[in-house]
Amino acid sequence: MAVLSLPGIKLCGIAAAVPATVERNADYTWISQKERDSLIKNIGVETRHVAEKGITTSDLCVTAAEKLLTDLHWDRGEIELLVFVSQSRDYLVPTTACIVQDRLGLPHSCIAFDIGLGCSGYIYGLSVIGSMMQTGAIRKALLMVGDISTITTAYRDKSTYPLFGDAGTVTALEYSEGAAPMVFNLQTDGSGYKALMIPDGGARNRMSRKSFDVKPVSKGIYRSKMNLVLDGIEVFNFSLREVVPNIKALLNHTGASLDGVDFIVFHQANRLINETLRKMLRVPPEKVPYSIREYGNTSGGSVPLTMVAALAGDLRSGKKSLLLSAFGVGLSWGSVLVETENLCCPDVIEV
Amino acid sequence: MDEFIKQIEGEFDDIKPGVLKPDSKFREVFEWNSINALILIAMVKTEYDVTLSADDLIAAKTVQDIYNVVSSRVK
Repeated sequence: MAVLSLPGIKLCGIAAAVPATVERNADYTWISQKERDSLIKNIGVETRHVAEKGITTSDLCVTAAEKLLTDLHWDRGEIELLVFVSQSRDYLVPTTACIVQDRLGLPHSCIAFDIGLGCSGYIYGLSVIGSMMQTGAIRKALLMVGDISTITTAYRDKSTYPLFGDAGTVTALEYSEGAAPMVFNLQTDGSGYKALMIPDGGARNRMSRKSFDVKPVSKGIYRSKMNLVLDGIEVFNFSLREVVPNIKALLNHTGASLDGVDFIVFHQANRLINETLRKMLRVPPEKVPYSIREYGNTSGGSVPLTMVAALAGDLRSGKKSLLLSAFGVGLSWGSVLVETENLCCPDVIEV
Repeated sequence: MDEFIKQIEGEFDDIKPGVLKPDSKFREVFEWNSINALILIAMVKTEYDVTLSADDLIAAKTVQDIYNVVSSRVK
């Protein structure tokens, strides 16, 4: 079991930015009124913030970072690690983190690289940064996590289009000797890789004219091979099968109990999945915040976005004990127990 | 079985109490779509800790069929 315990890393602040443009699922006329009502009620997505052409994930992350660095009064010259976790990079080549290092005015002594994970990306990103900071050689680091998923969903695919929204987030971390450990349980099952994928455009299935042919897949679902595929039932069953045992193994390992956790922040997959997980864990609703109603499923950015959108007031003052858990594309999933104290948490920024 | 039907009625606003019978074809009782499939899967997982796959739902025609799958897998 890949349980990592990483002491000495303090979460200093989190900021999130979303596009200002809003789409309402009540206006999604590709499906019937009744289906729209059911979607909003059960899947839980009422509105989604959607990037206009020209806005990238890194733009949202950089906007969030500018605000957070100002609020934290951090000297950019001291930031020596930048990790960008996304599946919607600026370019296929080069790495987006390199471009962001320059845009933010971070020093040349800064390590910068991308990680290509989606839903589970925030937990994985924290574990990578936490591991690299263990020696104390790196004092300050930024973790950027986000996605613009709406550029890959097909309007006539009811299984993806009304689900996803766009967001970019940044988390500031600092080496701090007395800080309580972040404890992770990270897992992977690549046998399920087809459940969430964009089939063409990579090296396996190179982009061709045929990649853009839109074909009927099933009732209410038309898409091309450049569009995101989501096998809803497969992902649903994966989430209900794996997430609770992952969390329980983490709790067993640390001896912690959910009673001692102030909030459980789940990846905002869909409301039905998250509510089922909540019931399986026997946790009261007030401990499980949501951002999905306003922002949709925002991929890897959904955990930090939910912390900012739904918990900022709580996180800004005093100590909080959090369990963060994210799961999806890969298939990849993980949980982390983390403590925060007087977190710098500016309100969600609209770009 | 009565309990199982009550649980299904509890999940779906569209189904009026008493309408659903063991031999009811659930695709005919109410508008069957992928969201309803997820609601049924979630209910069965929460109440019985049993996983229904897409294939199970395609193969099952009636409430009885689903009930049989669930009862054969309850631990």
